Parts: sequence; C-alpha cells; structure tokens
Amino acid sequence: MINLWPLILEHMLIVVVATVISIALGVVLGVIAYWVRHVDTVIMWCAEAIQTIPSLALLAMLMIFFGLGNTTIIAGLVLYALLPIVRNTYTGLAGISHHIKDAARGMGMSKLQRLIKIELPLSFPLIFSGIKIAVVNSLSIAVMGVLIGAGGLGYPIYRGVQTRNLERILNGAIPVVLMALIFDYTMSKIEQRLIKRAR
Amino acid sequence: MIKFQNISKSYGHSIVLDDISFEIKQGEFVVLIGPSGCGKTTTLKTINRLIEPNKGKIFINGKDITKVNPVELRRTIGYVIQQIGLFPNMTVEQNIAVVPKLLKYPKPKWQEIVHNLLELVDMPYEEFAHKYPSELSGGQQQRIGVLRALAASPPIVLMDEPFGALDPITRDSLQEEVKHLQKKLKKTIVFVTHDMEEALRMADTIVFMNRGKIIQMASPEELLQNPADPIIKSFMGRHMENENNAPKLLAEDFMRTKVLKVPKTSHTLECIELMSRRDVNSLIVLNDDDTYAGTVTIEAIKAHGKAGREISELLSEDAVTIHRKEDARQAFDKLLASSSNYVIVLNDNRTVAGLITRTSMAKALGEALWGEMKS
Ligand SMILES: Nc1ncnc2c1ncn2[C@@H]1O[C@H](COP(=O)(O)OP(=O)(O)OP(=O)(O)O)[C@@H](O)[C@H]1O
Ligand SMILES: [Mg+2]
Repeated sequence: MINLWPLILEHMLIVVVATVISIALGVVLGVIAYWVRHVDTVIMWCAEAIQTIPSLALLAMLMIFFGLGNTTIIAGLVLYALLPIVRNTYTGLAGISHHIKDAARGMGMSKLQRLIKIELPLSFPLIFSGIKIAVVNSLSIAVMGVLIGAGGLGYPIYRGVQTRNLERILNGAIPVVLMALIFDYTMSKIEQRLIKRAR
Repeated sequence: MIKFQNISKSYGHSIVLDDISFEIKQGEFVVLIGPSGCGKTTTLKTINRLIEPNKGKIFINGKDITKVNPVELRRTIGYVIQQIGLFPNMTVEQNIAVVPKLLKYPKPKWQEIVHNLLELVDMPYEEFAHKYPSELSGGQQQRIGVLRALAASPPIVLMDEPFGALDPITRDSLQEEVKHLQKKLKKTIVFVTHDMEEALRMADTIVFMNRGKIIQMASPEELLQNPADPIIKSFMGRHMENENNAPKLLAEDFMRTKVLKVPKTSHTLECIELMSRRDVNSLIVLNDDDTYAGTVTIEAIKAHGKAGREISELLSEDAVTIHRKEDARQAFDKLLASSSNYVIVLNDNRTVAGLITRTSMAKALGEALWGEMKS
C-alpha cells in the first residue's frame, strides 16, 4: 500500500485554501448584491452560470490563465464554491426582518456599522450552511485536479483507472468519501447549533 | 421644540401625508392617533429622517433637520419601534448600550448607564444584563426597547405603538413606567397608538390624524368634550363598546403586578432602607415558601423595631386580601371599607399576585364613567 497521508493532506490543503478565498470573495459579492440595487440579479446570474459549465471545461479554460498545477484547481474550486456562499449571504442579509433593520437605522448606525454589528452576525447561520455545501462539493471536485497536474487524492484514483486496478482506485476514493462525510456531519452539527441559537 | 412645516409625503399617486403643520413643545407628551394607514408611522419617521418628506420642512430647536447628518441626528433621538426590534444577536446589556457605544462613551460610563436603567425598571443587572432578547418575556423585551431608546439621554424620544402587542396588565404597568420616566427625565415624547384609552391616559396633547391630515390637536379633556369630527367620536365609541362588551372584570384585571416583597427573615434596617429608596411606607412579607405572611409598616418598625431584628416580630396581618379571580367589585368595596391604601391580590396557592391601589381603582372608575357618558 502506498502512503496516502501526504496526498490526503495536500487534498485538504487545496480545499481549505479554495474555501478561504471563496468565503472572502463570496461574502463580499453577497454584500454588494445586497447593497447595490439591480446588481443582485447580475451577480446571482453569473454565479449560477458558472455552475452550469462542466468542470472539465472550466478547468481547461482556467489552465490557459494559471497553467498546470494546484493554482488552477484552487481557482476552479473557488468559482464553484461561489454560488452557495454568495447566494446564502445575499438571502441571509435580505431576509433579516425589516423591523430590526429599521431599529438599527433608527439608532443611528451607519450602513457599514449595521452590516458588521447586526446584519452579518444575524446571517451567519445561513452563510455557514453555504460554506458547508461549498466544502463538501470542493472535496469531491478537487479529485479532477489530477487532470491539470495538481496534487491530492485524484492521483491514485487516476492511476488506478489507467491500470484498471480497483484497489488503487479505492485507495483514493475512500478517503475522499470519508472526508466528505466527516465534514458534512460535523458542519451540519455546528449548523444546527447556530440555527438553534439564532432561533 | 419640534416644528412641522407643511410636510407632504406621497408614494406614486397615493398621498400619505397631506400638508401637515404642527408644533411640539419641549417636555410635552404628544400622542399621534388615528385609523390604520392614516400616516402616523410616516409622521414619526420623518422626525428622525427614516423617511424624507417630498415637501415641507421639520425644525428641531429651530434647526432644519435636513441640514444635519441623518446618522448623527438619529443618535440624538430615542426610537422605540412597534415590533420590539431588539437585536437578537446582542445581550440585554449590549442592546441598551448600542447608542452610547456609537457615541464612543468610555466603557465605565456606558456600563453605569446600563446598571442605572435596569434598576429603574426593577430588572436586576445580575439577572438580566447577560440574557439574550429571546430569553425575555414580551413585557421585559419591550422594557429593554424603551431603555435602549433612553440610554444616551436623548431629549426627544419617538415611540411607535410600543405596547401594542402586550397583554393588558403588562401594558398598564409599562404605561405607568413610561409616563413616570418622562416626567422624571423631562423628555419630549412623540408616541403613536391606535388605542384611544392609551392616548387619553398618556398624552398631554393628542394629535388625531385621518388620511394624512390632522383632524384635531387638543388635550385629552378637550378631545373628549369637543371632538372636532364624527370620526373621532366613532373612534372613542368603538373603544367604549369594546369596554362594555368585555367579560366580567376580575380583581386581577386591576392589580399592579409590581409590588415590593421581602422574606420574613429580613432585618428591620434593610426594610427601612428599601422603603425609603422606593418611597413606600409598607412592604409585603412572605413566608419561606413564598406564601403571603402579612405586611410590615414603617410606623411599626419605628415604634417597636430594634436594629438588626427580624421583621417577623412586627408582622401585621390586618391587610385586606382577595383572590385574583374574584369580582373586581368585591375588591373595590373592600378597599373603600378598609382604612388601608391597598388590597392584596393572592394566587390559588396563597402567593402574592399583585396589589389593587386607590390609583388603579380610580383609573377603572374613570373608564366606567366615560362609558356612561357615551350612552
Ligand atoms: N414604502 C411605502 N410605499 C408605498 N406606500 C406606503 C409605504 N409606506 C407606507 N405606505 C402607505 O402609507 C400609508 C400610511 O402608512 P403609515 O405606516 O404611516 O400608517 P399608520 O398610520 O402608521 O398605520 P398603522 O396604524 O397601520 O401602523 C399607508 O396607506 C401605507 O400603505
Ligand atoms: Mg404604524
């Protein structure tokens, strides 16, 4: 058996880096969609359009800009992760009761103060759900990275397919599935706690 | 202090405020009342610029408010909204301290404000400051809403149907509290309601609105005696009718639930201290299991009490008690017949539910009188 740990760690690292970037980008875009009238439809449309591009095609296009390697798969994961995060940020912010928004305005909070002190904290449970979806999706999509020269668990799977070696395929696939399950389970637990606390 | 000059507001073709002009004096308690959709909330929100009128000007202390930055303006005007509007992600303390923090008060200062305000409404700091709004009752939440509006001592406070969603007993005691606070802190209050009884009870001046216009602006007495328009009469009439159709009134409908209670084992000094702090001359004394034991008066303590002794020795069991489900009339008869200022209302298990005082009785009688005047 080959040592899988370096591959698992690299796989995780790719997903974590991509998630961090997509959270930053997604929340900012979600806020812009919430703040700027009419921009919301444009942003949502773009985020959804990206999802419809087949992953292989998307990665191929990104390869033109980023070349072979981890950067390209990270860029691809970021683009895929945007939709759930942007959408949930936007829905969360827009869904806050207008009484609370009125109160915050009436207390004399500026737009930015309202966002940071009231609106983002109240949307956090929903934003977190978006992040969970993004992470779980990214864990499996990251396998495609092997096709554009990135590391991670895609490699044993790909080699296994090429050599028609089931054991090798499972060596890569099982950790991916397990990681997805573990992340899904623990993040769902946290999500439930957040929702319960927000009531 | 606040002057409306020809204010109009419309959305598309619908005119919401139609050339409104009036003036509110410093320290005045003004109540805006009128049918749903007549423009009360809109009027209120033009004062803190949550809504900008299409025409006209508003002056506060002679200054055109459009010349003031709206964010700065709002920090100087207290605001209580109808649907409570506490921030669910903040504790009671953080909610109350919102405006002081925006105004960059140092921490000790805003902490002191929170302490003092909570004490003002009998919600001990240790017990409530760190709770979240969802852990409070409706009445407690609304109290915090009022405190939040007062925290930075704004000279003007706007209140939009603050007690609309509360049960009658809680509403009653909150009305009393707000009126008391207003007098004590000398605030100018603009208060919206659609409840005529509330308006008559709280207002120095009532502004009656209909379809975006002011129909009458007058003192409660004047409004009762000379309603300027049939719609005002019908507004009171509807209110009176409800009152007459109401089910039999019980002792509990007239009691105040905020009463000072002490355990039997308290010492004389602490009781005296409590009485002088709260400006009362007697306290209700409870047994160990919280059931009613009797009362203790300041006279009794002064005459017979020795420092450091338990008040159980000075207990008087003369006070009149009544069960909460008994007819209110019984309570009034007992109150009138006794020499005391109050009747104590008890629950089934003999714990104390509240007090009926001469004031709460007078209020009830006043309502009966208005009902008769109408028919
Ligand atoms: N943003 C808006 N767009 C269009 N119409 C509005 C808007 N806000 C309020 N209105 C209309 O303006 C009128 C007055 O509203 P306002 O909220 O001031 O009434 P109100 O007297 O406070 O009524 P209520 O007692 O029901 O609270 C209503 O007919 C309402 O439908
Ligand atoms: Mg209203």
